[in-house]
Amino acid sequence: MENETTRMSTEGYSLFYGRFKALNSIDIKIPSNRITAFIGPSGCGKSTFLRSFNRMNDLIPGVTTTGTVRLDGRDVAKEDVVKLRKKVGMVFQRPNPFPKSIFDNVAYGPRLHGLRNRSDLAVLVEKSLRQAAIWEEVKDDLQKSGMSLSGGQQQRLCIARAIAVEPEVILMDEPASALDPVATLKIEELMNELKMNYTIAIVTHNMQQAGRVSDYTAFMLTDQNRAGNLIEFGATKQIFTTPVDSRTEDYISGRFG
Amino acid sequence: MNKRNFSQNIAFGMFWLAGIVSVLIMAFVVGYIMVKGLPGISLDFFTTSPRGGLSGDGGIYSTIVTTFYMIVVTLVFATPLGVGTAIYLTEYSSNTDSRAMGRLVSIARFGVETLAGVPSIIFGLFGYALFVTVMNLGFSILSASLAGACLIIPVIIRTTEEALKAVPAGYREGSLALGANRWETTWKVVLPAALRGISTGILLSAGRIVSETAIFFVTLGGSYRVPRSLMSGGRTMALHVYYLAMETRAFDKAMSTAAVLVALIIIMNLAINMVTNKIAAK
Repeated sequence: MENETTRMSTEGYSLFYGRFKALNSIDIKIPSNRITAFIGPSGCGKSTFLRSFNRMNDLIPGVTTTGTVRLDGRDVAKEDVVKLRKKVGMVFQRPNPFPKSIFDNVAYGPRLHGLRNRSDLAVLVEKSLRQAAIWEEVKDDLQKSGMSLSGGQQQRLCIARAIAVEPEVILMDEPASALDPVATLKIEELMNELKMNYTIAIVTHNMQQAGRVSDYTAFMLTDQNRAGNLIEFGATKQIFTTPVDSRTEDYISGRFG
Repeated sequence: MNKRNFSQNIAFGMFWLAGIVSVLIMAFVVGYIMVKGLPGISLDFFTTSPRGGLSGDGGIYSTIVTTFYMIVVTLVFATPLGVGTAIYLTEYSSNTDSRAMGRLVSIARFGVETLAGVPSIIFGLFGYALFVTVMNLGFSILSASLAGACLIIPVIIRTTEEALKAVPAGYREGSLALGANRWETTWKVVLPAALRGISTGILLSAGRIVSETAIFFVTLGGSYRVPRSLMSGGRTMALHVYYLAMETRAFDKAMSTAAVLVALIIIMNLAINMVTNKIAAK
Protein backbone atom coordinates (compact mmCIF):
# COMPACT_ATOMS: atom_id res chain seq x y z
CA MET A 1 0.00 0.00 0.00
CA GLU A 2 3.06 2.22 0.37
CA ASN A 3 3.32 2.80 -3.38
CA GLU A 4 -0.31 3.84 -3.81
CA THR A 5 -1.54 7.38 -4.33
CA THR A 6 -4.24 8.31 -1.84
CA ARG A 7 -7.46 9.59 -3.36
CA MET A 8 -9.65 9.93 -0.31
CA SER A 9 -8.85 9.69 3.35
CA THR A 10 -10.28 10.22 6.81
CA GLU A 11 -8.54 11.24 10.00
CA GLY A 12 -10.09 10.66 13.40
CA TYR A 13 -13.49 10.71 11.77
CA SER A 14 -16.45 10.16 14.09
CA LEU A 15 -20.13 10.54 13.31
CA PHE A 16 -23.04 11.03 15.71
CA TYR A 17 -26.78 10.65 15.30
CA GLY A 18 -27.81 13.12 17.98
CA ARG A 19 -25.91 11.82 21.01
CA PHE A 20 -25.42 8.34 19.63
CA LYS A 21 -21.96 7.72 18.27
CA ALA A 22 -22.25 5.67 15.10
CA LEU A 23 -18.66 5.86 13.84
CA ASN A 24 -15.67 5.96 16.15
CA SER A 25 -12.53 7.81 15.10
CA ILE A 26 -11.81 6.19 11.76
CA ASP A 27 -8.51 6.67 9.93
CA ILE A 28 -8.22 5.30 6.43
CA LYS A 29 -6.50 6.06 3.15
CA ILE A 30 -8.35 4.97 0.03
CA PRO A 31 -5.93 4.41 -2.84
CA SER A 32 -6.49 5.90 -6.26
CA ASN A 33 -7.69 3.70 -9.14
CA ARG A 34 -8.27 0.73 -6.91
CA ILE A 35 -11.36 -0.99 -5.60
CA THR A 36 -11.68 -0.77 -1.85
CA ALA A 37 -14.30 -2.95 -0.22
CA PHE A 38 -15.92 -2.30 3.16
CA ILE A 39 -17.15 -5.43 4.86
CA GLY A 40 -18.63 -6.15 8.26
CA PRO A 41 -21.85 -7.30 9.90
CA SER A 42 -25.12 -5.36 9.54
CA GLY A 43 -25.22 -2.15 11.53
CA CYS A 44 -21.44 -1.74 11.75
CA GLY A 45 -21.67 1.65 10.07
CA LYS A 46 -20.10 0.80 6.72
CA SER A 47 -22.86 2.45 4.66
CA THR A 48 -22.86 5.48 6.94
CA PHE A 49 -19.11 5.71 6.51
CA LEU A 50 -19.36 5.43 2.72
CA ARG A 51 -21.93 8.24 2.70
CA SER A 52 -19.47 10.46 4.53
CA PHE A 53 -17.30 10.72 1.43
CA ASN A 54 -19.96 12.58 -0.58
CA ARG A 55 -21.62 14.13 2.48
CA MET A 56 -24.93 12.36 1.96
CA ASN A 57 -25.23 12.27 5.76
CA ASP A 58 -25.66 16.06 5.69
CA LEU A 59 -29.25 15.37 4.64
CA ILE A 60 -30.13 13.60 7.87
CA PRO A 61 -31.23 15.97 10.63
CA GLY A 62 -29.21 15.65 13.83
CA VAL A 63 -26.03 14.26 12.30
CA THR A 64 -22.77 15.80 13.52
CA THR A 65 -19.20 14.79 12.84
CA THR A 66 -15.71 15.31 14.18
CA GLY A 67 -12.40 14.71 12.43
CA THR A 68 -11.89 15.19 8.70
CA VAL A 69 -12.70 13.54 5.40
CA ARG A 70 -10.39 14.50 2.56
CA LEU A 71 -10.55 14.26 -1.21
CA ASP A 72 -7.19 14.86 -2.88
CA GLY A 73 -5.97 16.24 0.41
CA ARG A 74 -8.71 18.84 0.77
CA ASP A 75 -11.27 18.82 3.58
CA VAL A 76 -14.63 17.91 2.00
CA ALA A 77 -16.52 19.78 4.74
CA LYS A 78 -15.09 23.02 3.40
CA GLU A 79 -15.86 22.21 -0.20
CA ASP A 80 -19.02 23.24 -2.02
CA VAL A 81 -21.26 20.20 -1.72
CA VAL A 82 -22.36 20.40 -5.37
CA LYS A 83 -18.74 20.34 -6.58
CA LEU A 84 -17.91 17.57 -4.15
CA ARG A 85 -20.75 15.35 -5.38
CA LYS A 86 -19.74 16.02 -8.96
CA LYS A 87 -16.33 14.55 -8.10
CA VAL A 88 -17.65 11.77 -5.88
CA GLY A 89 -20.47 9.85 -7.55
CA MET A 90 -22.69 7.29 -5.89
CA VAL A 91 -24.52 4.10 -6.85
CA PHE A 92 -27.19 2.90 -4.45
CA GLN A 93 -28.34 -0.45 -3.16
CA ARG A 94 -31.64 -0.37 -4.99
CA PRO A 95 -31.35 0.70 -8.62
CA ASN A 96 -32.97 4.13 -8.69
CA PRO A 97 -33.30 5.37 -12.27
CA PHE A 98 -35.52 8.42 -12.56
CA PRO A 99 -38.90 7.94 -14.28
CA LYS A 100 -37.42 9.51 -17.40
CA SER A 101 -35.98 8.19 -20.65
CA ILE A 102 -32.65 6.37 -20.68
CA PHE A 103 -31.11 9.39 -22.38
CA ASP A 104 -32.51 11.87 -19.88
CA ASN A 105 -31.35 9.71 -16.98
CA VAL A 106 -27.76 9.81 -18.16
CA ALA A 107 -27.95 13.45 -19.28
CA TYR A 108 -29.43 14.55 -15.96
CA GLY A 109 -26.12 15.21 -14.20
CA PRO A 110 -24.32 16.90 -17.12
CA ARG A 111 -27.34 19.15 -17.70
CA LEU A 112 -27.32 20.15 -14.03
CA HIS A 113 -23.72 21.14 -14.34
CA GLY A 114 -24.41 23.30 -17.35
CA LEU A 115 -23.93 21.15 -20.44
CA ARG A 116 -26.69 22.18 -22.87
CA ASN A 117 -25.34 21.46 -26.33
CA ARG A 118 -27.35 18.60 -27.81
CA SER A 119 -24.60 16.88 -29.76
CA ASP A 120 -22.14 17.15 -26.87
CA LEU A 121 -24.77 15.60 -24.63
CA ALA A 122 -25.40 12.80 -27.11
CA VAL A 123 -21.68 12.01 -27.28
CA LEU A 124 -21.37 12.01 -23.51
CA VAL A 125 -24.46 9.84 -23.03
CA GLU A 126 -23.15 7.24 -25.47
CA LYS A 127 -19.71 7.25 -23.90
CA SER A 128 -21.15 6.81 -20.42
CA LEU A 129 -23.49 4.02 -21.48
CA ARG A 130 -20.59 2.27 -23.21
CA GLN A 131 -18.40 2.56 -20.14
CA ALA A 132 -21.21 1.12 -18.04
CA ALA A 133 -21.43 -1.81 -20.47
CA ILE A 134 -25.07 -1.25 -21.28
CA TRP A 135 -24.86 0.62 -24.59
CA GLU A 136 -25.38 -2.45 -26.76
CA GLU A 137 -28.57 -3.34 -24.89
CA VAL A 138 -30.21 0.08 -25.04
CA LYS A 139 -28.78 1.88 -28.08
CA ASP A 140 -31.82 1.14 -30.26
CA ASP A 141 -34.19 3.10 -28.10
CA LEU A 142 -32.71 5.69 -25.79
CA GLN A 143 -36.13 7.31 -25.42
CA LYS A 144 -37.48 4.27 -23.62
CA SER A 145 -38.14 4.80 -19.92
CA GLY A 146 -35.26 3.85 -17.65
CA MET A 147 -37.82 2.13 -15.44
CA SER A 148 -38.64 -0.39 -18.18
CA LEU A 149 -35.22 -2.03 -17.95
CA SER A 150 -34.45 -5.13 -15.87
CA GLY A 151 -32.96 -4.69 -12.40
CA GLY A 152 -29.41 -5.38 -13.55
CA GLN A 153 -29.76 -3.05 -16.52
CA GLN A 154 -31.22 -0.37 -14.27
CA GLN A 155 -28.20 -0.60 -12.01
CA ARG A 156 -25.81 -0.28 -14.95
CA LEU A 157 -27.87 2.68 -16.15
CA CYS A 158 -27.38 4.23 -12.71
CA ILE A 159 -23.65 3.61 -13.03
CA ALA A 160 -23.72 5.30 -16.44
CA ARG A 161 -25.61 8.19 -14.87
CA ALA A 162 -22.94 8.51 -12.19
CA ILE A 163 -20.11 8.29 -14.74
CA ALA A 164 -21.66 10.94 -16.96
CA VAL A 165 -20.67 13.76 -14.60
CA GLU A 166 -17.06 12.53 -14.89
CA PRO A 167 -16.35 11.90 -11.22
CA GLU A 168 -13.03 10.86 -9.70
CA VAL A 169 -14.52 8.49 -7.17
CA ILE A 170 -17.54 6.20 -7.37
CA LEU A 171 -19.10 5.06 -4.12
CA MET A 172 -21.16 1.89 -4.37
CA ASP A 173 -23.49 0.96 -1.54
CA GLU A 174 -24.16 -2.77 -1.94
CA PRO A 175 -24.73 -2.25 -5.66
CA ALA A 176 -25.53 -5.88 -6.40
CA SER A 177 -27.48 -6.96 -3.34
CA ALA A 178 -30.82 -6.50 -5.11
CA LEU A 179 -29.69 -8.31 -8.27
CA ASP A 180 -29.60 -11.89 -9.47
CA PRO A 181 -26.25 -13.74 -9.83
CA VAL A 182 -25.86 -13.10 -13.57
CA ALA A 183 -26.50 -9.37 -13.20
CA THR A 184 -24.18 -9.34 -10.18
CA LEU A 185 -21.39 -10.87 -12.23
CA LYS A 186 -21.85 -8.20 -14.90
CA ILE A 187 -21.60 -5.44 -12.32
CA GLU A 188 -18.44 -7.01 -10.89
CA GLU A 189 -16.80 -7.26 -14.32
CA LEU A 190 -17.79 -3.68 -14.94
CA MET A 191 -16.17 -2.52 -11.71
CA ASN A 192 -12.91 -4.10 -12.77
CA GLU A 193 -12.93 -2.09 -15.97
CA LEU A 194 -13.99 1.11 -14.26
CA LYS A 195 -11.05 1.16 -11.87
CA MET A 196 -8.74 2.17 -14.72
CA ASN A 197 -10.41 5.57 -14.68
CA TYR A 198 -12.04 5.80 -11.30
CA THR A 199 -11.40 5.15 -7.67
CA ILE A 200 -14.08 2.82 -6.35
CA ALA A 201 -15.25 2.27 -2.81
CA ILE A 202 -17.84 -0.45 -2.34
CA VAL A 203 -19.84 -1.58 0.65
CA THR A 204 -20.83 -5.20 0.46
CA HIS A 205 -22.49 -7.82 2.61
CA ASN A 206 -21.11 -10.50 0.40
CA MET A 207 -17.62 -11.58 1.42
CA GLN A 208 -17.05 -13.62 -1.72
CA GLN A 209 -17.80 -10.51 -3.69
CA ALA A 210 -15.28 -8.48 -1.70
CA GLY A 211 -12.74 -11.25 -2.28
CA ARG A 212 -13.45 -11.38 -6.02
CA VAL A 213 -13.48 -7.73 -6.95
CA SER A 214 -11.55 -5.65 -4.46
CA ASP A 215 -7.88 -4.77 -4.22
CA TYR A 216 -8.16 -3.59 -0.64
CA THR A 217 -10.53 -4.59 2.10
CA ALA A 218 -11.58 -2.71 5.20
CA PHE A 219 -13.24 -4.68 7.99
CA MET A 220 -15.59 -2.78 10.29
CA LEU A 221 -17.23 -3.86 13.52
CA THR A 222 -19.20 -2.25 16.33
CA ASP A 223 -17.64 -1.91 19.76
CA GLN A 224 -19.42 -2.40 23.11
CA ASN A 225 -21.13 1.00 22.68
CA ARG A 226 -22.44 0.00 19.24
CA ALA A 227 -20.19 2.54 17.52
CA GLY A 228 -18.64 1.42 14.24
CA ASN A 229 -14.87 0.96 14.28
CA LEU A 230 -12.39 0.18 11.55
CA ILE A 231 -10.76 -3.02 12.76
CA GLU A 232 -8.40 -3.83 9.96
CA PHE A 233 -7.51 -2.48 6.56
CA GLY A 234 -5.14 -3.96 4.02
CA ALA A 235 -4.68 -5.73 0.70
CA THR A 236 -7.65 -8.01 0.10
CA LYS A 237 -5.42 -11.05 -0.29
CA GLN A 238 -3.78 -10.41 3.05
CA ILE A 239 -7.08 -9.71 4.86
CA PHE A 240 -8.59 -12.91 3.53
CA THR A 241 -5.58 -15.16 4.12
CA THR A 242 -3.55 -13.77 6.98
CA PRO A 243 -5.64 -11.28 8.93
CA VAL A 244 -3.79 -9.65 11.81
CA ASP A 245 -6.77 -9.14 14.09
CA SER A 246 -8.49 -12.21 15.51
CA ARG A 247 -11.93 -10.57 15.07
CA THR A 248 -11.26 -10.19 11.34
CA GLU A 249 -10.31 -13.83 11.17
CA ASP A 250 -13.48 -14.84 13.02
CA TYR A 251 -15.63 -12.84 10.64
CA ILE A 252 -13.87 -13.99 7.49
CA SER A 253 -14.08 -17.60 8.51
CA GLY A 254 -17.78 -17.18 9.16
CA ARG A 255 -17.75 -17.57 12.91
CA PHE A 256 -20.17 -14.64 13.30
CA GLY A 257 -22.00 -12.01 11.28
CA MET B 1 -70.37 -28.97 6.90
CA ASN B 2 -67.95 -27.19 9.11
CA LYS B 3 -68.91 -24.32 11.28
CA ARG B 4 -66.11 -21.99 10.29
CA ASN B 5 -67.01 -22.06 6.63
CA PHE B 6 -70.61 -21.49 7.55
CA SER B 7 -69.85 -18.35 9.53
CA GLN B 8 -67.57 -17.15 6.77
CA ASN B 9 -70.39 -17.53 4.26
CA ILE B 10 -72.76 -15.62 6.52
CA ALA B 11 -70.22 -12.80 6.89
CA PHE B 12 -69.56 -12.60 3.16
CA GLY B 13 -73.29 -12.63 2.53
CA MET B 14 -73.78 -9.65 4.82
CA PHE B 15 -70.97 -7.68 3.21
CA TRP B 16 -72.32 -8.49 -0.23
CA LEU B 17 -75.75 -7.28 0.86
CA ALA B 18 -74.29 -4.09 2.30
CA GLY B 19 -72.46 -3.46 -0.96
CA ILE B 20 -75.55 -4.08 -3.06
CA VAL B 21 -77.71 -1.82 -0.89
CA SER B 22 -75.27 1.10 -1.09
CA VAL B 23 -74.94 0.76 -4.85
CA LEU B 24 -78.73 0.57 -5.17
CA ILE B 25 -79.22 3.73 -3.11
CA MET B 26 -76.68 5.53 -5.29
CA ALA B 27 -78.26 4.23 -8.46
CA PHE B 28 -81.72 5.23 -7.22
CA VAL B 29 -80.67 8.81 -6.42
CA VAL B 30 -78.86 9.30 -9.72
CA GLY B 31 -81.58 7.45 -11.64
CA TYR B 32 -84.38 9.50 -10.07
CA ILE B 33 -82.65 12.76 -10.89
CA MET B 34 -81.95 11.64 -14.43
CA VAL B 35 -85.51 10.44 -15.04
CA LYS B 36 -87.00 13.65 -13.67
CA GLY B 37 -84.34 15.94 -15.08
CA LEU B 38 -83.43 14.67 -18.54
CA PRO B 39 -86.80 15.39 -20.27
CA GLY B 40 -86.35 19.11 -19.52
CA ILE B 41 -82.93 19.27 -21.14
CA SER B 42 -82.58 20.64 -24.65
CA LEU B 43 -80.06 22.76 -26.47
CA ASP B 44 -82.02 25.85 -25.42
CA PHE B 45 -81.61 24.84 -21.81
CA PHE B 46 -77.84 25.19 -22.17
CA THR B 47 -77.81 28.35 -24.25
CA THR B 48 -80.31 30.63 -22.50
CA SER B 49 -79.90 32.26 -19.13
CA PRO B 50 -82.49 32.04 -16.37
CA ARG B 51 -85.06 34.81 -16.59
CA GLY B 52 -85.53 35.14 -12.87
CA GLY B 53 -88.81 35.61 -11.08
CA LEU B 54 -91.10 33.05 -9.56
CA SER B 55 -91.67 31.11 -12.74
CA GLY B 56 -88.05 29.99 -13.01
CA ASP B 57 -88.16 30.29 -16.79
CA GLY B 58 -85.09 30.03 -18.96
CA GLY B 59 -82.04 27.79 -19.11
CA ILE B 60 -78.77 27.59 -17.24
CA TYR B 61 -76.32 29.33 -19.57
CA SER B 62 -75.14 31.97 -17.10
CA THR B 63 -74.76 29.43 -14.30
CA ILE B 64 -72.51 27.28 -16.48
CA VAL B 65 -70.38 30.32 -17.24
CA THR B 66 -70.25 31.29 -13.56
CA THR B 67 -69.34 27.76 -12.52
CA PHE B 68 -66.54 27.73 -15.05
CA TYR B 69 -65.21 31.09 -13.87
CA MET B 70 -65.40 29.96 -10.27
CA ILE B 71 -63.38 26.84 -11.00
CA VAL B 72 -60.69 28.73 -12.90
CA VAL B 73 -60.34 31.72 -10.57
CA THR B 74 -60.42 29.61 -7.40
CA LEU B 75 -57.79 27.23 -8.72
CA VAL B 76 -55.61 30.16 -9.79
CA PHE B 77 -55.56 31.31 -6.16
CA ALA B 78 -55.47 27.94 -4.46
CA THR B 79 -53.14 25.81 -6.59
CA PRO B 80 -49.88 27.75 -6.17
CA LEU B 81 -50.51 28.26 -2.45
CA GLY B 82 -51.56 24.68 -1.78
CA VAL B 83 -48.90 22.99 -3.88
CA GLY B 84 -46.23 25.38 -2.58
CA THR B 85 -47.17 24.69 1.03
CA ALA B 86 -47.12 20.94 0.44
CA ILE B 87 -43.70 21.14 -1.20
CA TYR B 88 -42.40 23.09 1.74
CA LEU B 89 -43.88 20.70 4.28
CA THR B 90 -42.60 17.51 2.64
CA GLU B 91 -39.41 18.51 0.84
CA TYR B 92 -37.90 21.16 3.07
CA SER B 93 -39.28 21.32 6.58
CA SER B 94 -38.46 17.72 7.51
CA ASN B 95 -34.78 18.41 6.99
CA THR B 96 -34.38 21.13 9.54
CA ASP B 97 -32.40 20.85 12.73
CA SER B 98 -34.15 23.84 14.27
CA ARG B 99 -36.60 23.06 17.05
CA ALA B 100 -38.67 26.20 16.53
CA MET B 101 -39.04 25.37 12.84
CA GLY B 102 -40.19 21.86 13.67
CA ARG B 103 -42.77 23.32 16.06
CA LEU B 104 -44.05 25.71 13.43
CA VAL B 105 -44.35 22.92 10.91
CA SER B 106 -46.34 20.68 13.21
CA ILE B 107 -48.67 23.59 14.00
CA ALA B 108 -49.09 24.23 10.27
CA ARG B 109 -49.84 20.58 9.70
CA PHE B 110 -52.39 20.50 12.51
CA GLY B 111 -53.96 23.64 11.04
CA VAL B 112 -54.28 22.01 7.65
CA GLU B 113 -55.88 18.89 9.11
CA THR B 114 -58.35 20.98 11.09
CA LEU B 115 -59.24 23.30 8.24
CA ALA B 116 -59.97 20.30 6.04
CA GLY B 117 -62.75 19.34 8.44
CA VAL B 118 -64.36 22.76 8.89
CA PRO B 119 -67.90 23.05 7.40
CA SER B 120 -67.91 25.13 4.24
CA ILE B 121 -70.44 27.64 5.59
CA ILE B 122 -67.77 28.73 8.11
CA PHE B 123 -65.48 29.64 5.23
CA GLY B 124 -68.49 31.35 3.71
CA LEU B 125 -69.07 33.46 6.82
CA PHE B 126 -65.39 34.29 6.94
CA GLY B 127 -65.42 35.23 3.26
CA TYR B 128 -68.53 37.34 3.75
CA ALA B 129 -66.99 39.17 6.69
CA LEU B 130 -63.56 39.72 5.16
CA PHE B 131 -63.81 39.78 1.39
CA VAL B 132 -67.38 40.96 0.83
CA THR B 133 -67.57 43.48 3.66
CA VAL B 134 -64.21 44.61 5.02
CA MET B 135 -62.31 44.46 1.74
CA ASN B 136 -65.38 45.78 0.02
CA LEU B 137 -65.24 43.32 -2.86
CA GLY B 138 -69.01 42.85 -2.66
CA PHE B 139 -70.87 39.74 -3.73
CA SER B 140 -68.60 38.79 -6.56
CA ILE B 141 -66.73 36.02 -8.28
CA LEU B 142 -63.59 37.45 -6.69
CA SER B 143 -64.97 37.26 -3.13
CA ALA B 144 -66.41 33.81 -3.68
CA SER B 145 -63.20 32.52 -5.27
CA LEU B 146 -61.10 33.77 -2.40
CA ALA B 147 -63.45 32.09 0.08
CA GLY B 148 -63.49 28.97 -2.10
CA ALA B 149 -59.70 28.97 -2.18
CA CYS B 150 -59.64 28.91 1.63
CA LEU B 151 -61.92 25.89 1.47
CA ILE B 152 -59.88 23.88 -1.03
CA ILE B 153 -56.33 24.84 -0.07
CA PRO B 154 -56.28 22.21 2.71
CA VAL B 155 -57.52 19.62 0.20
CA ILE B 156 -54.78 20.52 -2.27
CA ILE B 157 -52.12 20.57 0.44
CA ARG B 158 -53.09 17.12 1.67
CA THR B 159 -53.37 15.44 -1.71
CA THR B 160 -50.13 17.06 -2.90
CA GLU B 161 -48.36 15.96 0.28
CA GLU B 162 -49.57 12.40 -0.30
CA ALA B 163 -48.38 12.53 -3.91
CA LEU B 164 -44.96 13.84 -2.90
CA LYS B 165 -44.57 11.29 -0.13
CA ALA B 166 -45.31 8.54 -2.64
CA VAL B 167 -42.24 9.52 -4.66
CA PRO B 168 -39.50 7.01 -3.70
CA ALA B 169 -36.70 8.44 -1.56
CA GLY B 170 -34.27 6.83 -4.01
CA TYR B 171 -35.14 9.43 -6.67
CA ARG B 172 -34.20 12.24 -4.32
CA GLU B 173 -30.99 10.55 -3.20
CA GLY B 174 -30.04 9.77 -6.78
CA SER B 175 -30.52 13.37 -7.82
CA LEU B 176 -28.76 14.87 -4.81
CA ALA B 177 -25.84 12.48 -5.23
CA LEU B 178 -25.35 13.82 -8.76
CA GLY B 179 -24.83 17.29 -7.35
CA ALA B 180 -28.35 18.67 -7.65
CA ASN B 181 -29.56 20.93 -4.86
CA ARG B 182 -32.90 20.49 -3.16
CA TRP B 183 -34.77 22.80 -5.48
CA GLU B 184 -33.37 21.19 -8.64
CA THR B 185 -34.25 17.80 -7.21
CA THR B 186 -37.78 18.92 -6.38
CA TRP B 187 -38.36 20.64 -9.70
CA LYS B 188 -36.76 18.15 -12.07
CA VAL B 189 -37.37 14.80 -10.40
CA VAL B 190 -39.88 14.89 -7.56
CA LEU B 191 -42.58 17.12 -9.06
CA PRO B 192 -42.70 15.35 -12.44
CA ALA B 193 -42.98 12.03 -10.61
CA ALA B 194 -45.78 13.38 -8.42
CA LEU B 195 -47.59 15.29 -11.16
CA ARG B 196 -50.43 12.83 -11.64
CA GLY B 197 -51.14 12.65 -7.94
CA ILE B 198 -51.13 16.42 -7.71
CA SER B 199 -53.47 16.71 -10.71
CA THR B 200 -55.85 14.33 -8.98
CA GLY B 201 -55.93 16.63 -5.97
CA ILE B 202 -56.61 19.65 -8.15
CA LEU B 203 -59.41 17.84 -9.99
CA LEU B 204 -60.92 16.81 -6.65
CA SER B 205 -60.87 20.44 -5.56
CA ALA B 206 -62.48 21.53 -8.79
CA GLY B 207 -65.22 19.04 -7.97
CA ARG B 208 -65.60 20.66 -4.59
CA ILE B 209 -66.14 24.07 -6.22
CA VAL B 210 -68.76 22.62 -8.53
CA SER B 211 -70.70 20.97 -5.73
CA GLU B 212 -70.48 23.50 -2.87
CA THR B 213 -73.44 25.76 -2.19
CA ALA B 214 -73.39 27.19 1.34
CA ILE B 215 -70.08 28.98 0.96
CA PHE B 216 -71.13 30.68 -2.28
CA PHE B 217 -74.60 31.47 -1.00
CA VAL B 218 -73.06 34.11 1.24
CA THR B 219 -70.28 35.35 -1.04
CA LEU B 220 -71.38 35.09 -4.66
CA GLY B 221 -74.66 36.95 -4.41
CA GLY B 222 -76.87 34.85 -6.62
CA SER B 223 -77.37 37.02 -9.69
CA TYR B 224 -78.68 34.98 -12.61
CA ARG B 225 -77.01 37.19 -15.20
CA VAL B 226 -73.90 36.29 -17.13
CA PRO B 227 -70.91 37.62 -15.19
CA ARG B 228 -69.01 40.40 -16.95
CA SER B 229 -65.96 40.61 -14.71
CA LEU B 230 -64.41 39.29 -11.54
CA MET B 231 -66.47 41.86 -9.66
CA SER B 232 -69.78 40.52 -10.99
CA GLY B 233 -71.91 38.38 -8.76
CA GLY B 234 -73.39 35.19 -10.09
CA ARG B 235 -74.66 31.76 -9.24
CA THR B 236 -73.04 28.41 -9.85
CA MET B 237 -75.12 25.49 -11.10
CA ALA B 238 -75.35 24.05 -7.61
CA LEU B 239 -76.58 27.37 -6.24
CA HIS B 240 -79.06 27.60 -9.09
CA VAL B 241 -80.53 24.27 -8.08
CA TYR B 242 -81.03 25.64 -4.61
CA TYR B 243 -82.66 28.87 -5.82
CA LEU B 244 -84.92 27.04 -8.25
CA ALA B 245 -86.04 24.56 -5.65
CA MET B 246 -86.61 27.04 -2.82
CA GLU B 247 -87.64 30.27 -4.52
CA THR B 248 -89.47 29.35 -7.72
CA ARG B 249 -92.19 27.00 -8.84
CA ALA B 250 -89.89 25.37 -11.40
CA PHE B 251 -89.00 22.21 -9.56
CA ASP B 252 -88.58 20.43 -12.89
CA LYS B 253 -85.88 22.93 -13.89
CA ALA B 254 -84.12 22.27 -10.60
CA MET B 255 -84.14 18.58 -11.49
CA SER B 256 -82.80 19.26 -14.98
CA THR B 257 -80.01 21.43 -13.61
CA ALA B 258 -79.26 18.74 -11.04
CA ALA B 259 -79.03 16.17 -13.83
CA VAL B 260 -76.46 18.31 -15.66
CA LEU B 261 -74.58 18.78 -12.42
CA VAL B 262 -74.52 15.06 -11.68
CA ALA B 263 -73.30 14.34 -15.20
CA LEU B 264 -70.53 16.89 -14.77
CA ILE B 265 -69.46 15.35 -11.45
CA ILE B 266 -69.45 11.89 -13.01
CA ILE B 267 -67.28 13.13 -15.86
CA MET B 268 -64.86 14.73 -13.43
CA ASN B 269 -64.61 11.55 -11.41
CA LEU B 270 -63.97 9.55 -14.56
CA ALA B 271 -61.17 11.97 -15.34
CA ILE B 272 -59.72 11.42 -11.88
CA ASN B 273 -59.93 7.67 -12.34
CA MET B 274 -58.18 7.93 -15.67
CA VAL B 275 -55.38 9.94 -14.12
CA THR B 276 -54.95 7.59 -11.15
CA ASN B 277 -55.18 4.44 -13.27
CA LYS B 278 -52.34 5.74 -15.35
CA ILE B 279 -50.31 6.09 -12.17
CA ALA B 280 -51.10 2.53 -11.18
CA ALA B 281 -50.16 1.27 -14.63
CA LYS B 282 -46.75 2.90 -14.44
